[in-house]
Amino acid sequence: MSAIDICGVSKSYGTTPILHEVTLAIGAGEFVVLVGPSGCGKSTLLRMIAGLEEVSAGEIRIGGTLVNDLPPKARDIAMVFQSYALYPHMSVADNMAYSLRLRRTAKQDIETAINAAADKLGLGAVLERKPKALSGGQRQRVAMGRAIVRRPTAFLFDEPLSNLDARLREHMRAEIKKLHREIGATSIYVTHDQIEAMTLADRIVAMNGGQVQQVGSPLELYDRPANLFVAGFIGSPAMNLFPALFGRRGGEPAIEHAGFTLPLGHDVTLAEGAALTVGIRPEHIALGAGSVQGVVDLVEPTGLGTIVHLTLRDIALKAFSLARPSLMIGASVAVDLPARNLHLFGSDGARVER
Amino acid sequence: MPSRTLYWSSHYLLIAVYVLFALFPLFWLIKVAVTPNDLLYSEGIRLWPSRTSLEHFRFVLAHSDFPLFFRNSLIVSGGTAVSVTLIGGAGGYGLSRFSFHGKPFLVALMLITQMFPLVMLVAPMFRLLAPLGLTNSLTGLVIVYTAFNAPFATFLMQSFFDAIPKELEEAAMIDGDTRFGAFRRIILPLTLPGIAATGGFVFTAAWSELLFALMLNSSPQASTFPVGLLAFVSKFSVDFGQMMAAGVLALIPACLFFLAIQRYLVRGLTAGAVKG
Repeated sequence: MSAIDICGVSKSYGTTPILHEVTLAIGAGEFVVLVGPSGCGKSTLLRMIAGLEEVSAGEIRIGGTLVNDLPPKARDIAMVFQSYALYPHMSVADNMAYSLRLRRTAKQDIETAINAAADKLGLGAVLERKPKALSGGQRQRVAMGRAIVRRPTAFLFDEPLSNLDARLREHMRAEIKKLHREIGATSIYVTHDQIEAMTLADRIVAMNGGQVQQVGSPLELYDRPANLFVAGFIGSPAMNLFPALFGRRGGEPAIEHAGFTLPLGHDVTLAEGAALTVGIRPEHIALGAGSVQGVVDLVEPTGLGTIVHLTLRDIALKAFSLARPSLMIGASVAVDLPARNLHLFGSDGARVER
Repeated sequence: MPSRTLYWSSHYLLIAVYVLFALFPLFWLIKVAVTPNDLLYSEGIRLWPSRTSLEHFRFVLAHSDFPLFFRNSLIVSGGTAVSVTLIGGAGGYGLSRFSFHGKPFLVALMLITQMFPLVMLVAPMFRLLAPLGLTNSLTGLVIVYTAFNAPFATFLMQSFFDAIPKELEEAAMIDGDTRFGAFRRIILPLTLPGIAATGGFVFTAAWSELLFALMLNSSPQASTFPVGLLAFVSKFSVDFGQMMAAGVLALIPACLFFLAIQRYLVRGLTAGAVKG
């Protein structure tokens, strides 16, 4: 049995639809990340699971119990907010004890739970401080601590790292992952940051426009994006996408774009002349060999590798290379787009299987 | 840096002029209150009398009805402050946190009530209260003041609730609290400054209200002190010394009240609640 079952859930404010028939089963102990651009409905879905938003249609079950009409307190979930939402007039210890006191947990047990959480999160020295005397990273930890002392059925995270600077975010990301390994509780994590999604998730739910676009493991989404949205959203630098036509050259399947033709090497179920979008990840573009000539527009060294901006006829492409190619801006370079790395999307945006 | 010096000296000069202008009536009040009767008209206009005495204060406290008026004022203003703060707090919370049908209409209606000149309402109010036995009654005044101040207090309290992030209640409710529990344990302690400010504002408004106190309560037994002050104006003379002494005494509760709540007025309690 799954820990959280979302079945045909929709949400609309008045006549404005926010979520459209989302169905999702989350297994016990699973770490699921909802990812998508702002306004895609991911936070709304999370708040519906928490009981902070009403469900317009469909069913949400937690641990088998239908919770559509249950208040948040009856759902046995903990949530970490983007703004942390620490109680400003209470000390760190009181913040973490709040939920336990409401449950009339014995004083002794509260203390044990708080100390255990403080140890885990490195908050031992600041237990008596008020939130305003803490750094951003410490506040974030207190918010986490408040969630873990309760041992809830599920953790909900609403963009918990987006208020931190880049370095701290990376650090806390790893901590959250470690914490999840230790505690093993079901977690649903909302973010707009695809790197966070990739690194944290057991499964990613990519959302756009109130609809689920694809559900799968991080590498599944990366290697086989189900549609144009996922292809463009997952990965940084983003996948190159350009329009082309499906055709045959000498009977062999190929894609054609004004001025060049790329043999596919295998057949696909497309009519000749069908319009499609071709995608290729920057790291799959090979420079210095290949059939097409491109012009170098810009070279961005990142240290780890180099991002090269190219123009191929009328297409702007980004190539990523771990080598450090010495390329002059404006120079011509041979470009190889290997057929096995091409992603094809039909005119409806869906992936064309091959 | 002569221009900088000039800037700051004119800066402070302007502030000094303003403070003088604002505080002069208060100074004059105290000055007249401590001037003995025999010097009041004989010394001409001077900044400070050649001899001071507390005789007016003694008379006002011992031989006039002023202590009674003072007590009445305390009851009326205190009662109004408490009831308005309760109503304004509840209403402000509702407006801040919930959306419901007719909310814009309700807000507009509340705004409209603030647009009437109060004089217009004296006669209807009297007709309304008289059959209910609420004229010449402190309760009647509390009801009237509460009705007049509640809309403004509601808007004021709404702005204080708006300043507290919604996530705090949501976090409390997820932590296992009910909405009311979250309000009581989380929101209420954080709105104390707002409650104090609202209470203080309403208290002073009721404390100095004259029109309705005069029109609705004619018996001395139910008069508040602004009405009582008029008792020092007789047909043939005005007893300025006693009147000013009574005025000085009337300032005390308001001063004490603001002294008590001023730490709430300046404290930013929500610091650190969210990212900062």
